[in-house]
Amino acid sequence: MSVVIVDYEAGNLRSVESAFSWLQEPFLVTAEPEEILRADRLVLPGVGEARAAMTVLEARGLIPAIREFISRGNPFLGICLGSQIILEESDEGDAPCLGLLEGRAVAFDPRRGLKIPHMGWNTITPRGSHPFLGDLSRESSFYFVHSFFPSPRDPGDVLAWCDYGDAFAAVVGRENIVATQFHPEKSGEAGLRLLRNFLQWKP
Amino acid sequence: MLQKRIVVCLDVRDGRVTKGVRFKNNVEIGDPVALARQYYETGADELVFYDITASAEGRGIMIEVVRQVAAQIFIPFSVGGGLASLEDMREVLLAGAEKVSLNSQAVKNPDLLREGASRFGRQCIVLGMDALADQAMPSGYRVVINGGRTPTELDALEWARRAVSLGAGEIVLNSIDADGTRQGYECRLTRMISEAVSVPVVASGGAGKPEHLLEVFREGAADAALVASMVHYGDYTVPGIKTFLAARGIPVRESIG
Repeated sequence: MSVVIVDYEAGNLRSVESAFSWLQEPFLVTAEPEEILRADRLVLPGVGEARAAMTVLEARGLIPAIREFISRGNPFLGICLGSQIILEESDEGDAPCLGLLEGRAVAFDPRRGLKIPHMGWNTITPRGSHPFLGDLSRESSFYFVHSFFPSPRDPGDVLAWCDYGDAFAAVVGRENIVATQFHPEKSGEAGLRLLRNFLQWKP
Repeated sequence: MLQKRIVVCLDVRDGRVTKGVRFKNNVEIGDPVALARQYYETGADELVFYDITASAEGRGIMIEVVRQVAAQIFIPFSVGGGLASLEDMREVLLAGAEKVSLNSQAVKNPDLLREGASRFGRQCIVLGMDALADQAMPSGYRVVINGGRTPTELDALEWARRAVSLGAGEIVLNSIDADGTRQGYECRLTRMISEAVSVPVVASGGAGKPEHLLEVFREGAADAALVASMVHYGDYTVPGIKTFLAARGIPVRESIG
């Protein structure tokens, strides 16, 4: 199966499924490690809590399969929580994470007086060009809802920044990994365009 | 920069969209799925569906509406109306809604907010609050339930704070005094609540023209504004409202792409 969506009981899988259906892209939603190993492209969606998510991934034996998939060099897309747990650890529940990228997921600082969660539409600024981001217009907005965000150790792993009080990483990635803190599946036509880019991406 | 959201509200009765004035005299205006798609295409930032039937049959029809909407529109939407248990919430979220909105049921059973947040994440849990001006209350506003018909003993400000501490990730704040009047949002109430809580506040009730949204973003400190009649009856469009706001320095999402 070309696109495999990892089911680890993390939030709204249906909206990701709807987006791929709309794009007429066949996909499989699965919690089976063997199916992940057969995937051409892997999507790790997620809304929820980092520690709980890691517990489910571990209990279902999915972690070695995800690592193996990544090592083969096929395209991987993390969404929201999926952009946080690919790092080494998360402030949320002080959870050890997948470690596919160096760094940790950190919380917005409530002392800055900003509303948390960061909820709504915000623009992003690509750091350079990347096939996943394509010809993104400067004014493209994406839908965010989160209290934590990815903070890669190497700033070179940040593909696009967003501003909420301070700059934070809205898209991270390296080699065959891309991950968005926002929800492309809920970001209108701009989001669908990124999903289409992902389907065509050959890292 | 985080943009101010325009949230289009669709009241659904037996699977059809209606809009009433002060919750009475509902007039049917159409198919929720077609309307949702139309608002999506014209740049609404978010949709809210209120199920105002909430009978057993109505509930089943609503779940089917949610499924169809989720398949066709790629912006967030929430569903409220009669959700009284974790199972009700789960059903709506599984059908594809991003958020569930709890109003009267949260007053009757505040644990729903806590349990919902711990089970689904607080970003999914919206407190819908109807407030009525009442000088007898410490904040000057009383919480009312059952579509504005039943006064409670709750002070609006205190209830907002408590709901957030229990697990609400957003508040849709509806002024019963302003609702359906099209004379403008109640900015004083909106600012008071918005400044008192750490979560986003969506202003609701009273929108009649684009100036009202400008007021509630500037003076009401709202994070989002809910509109219904002013767009349902074709007097204004979402892109028109956004153009108006953008020209006055309010950050809004471009309506196309």
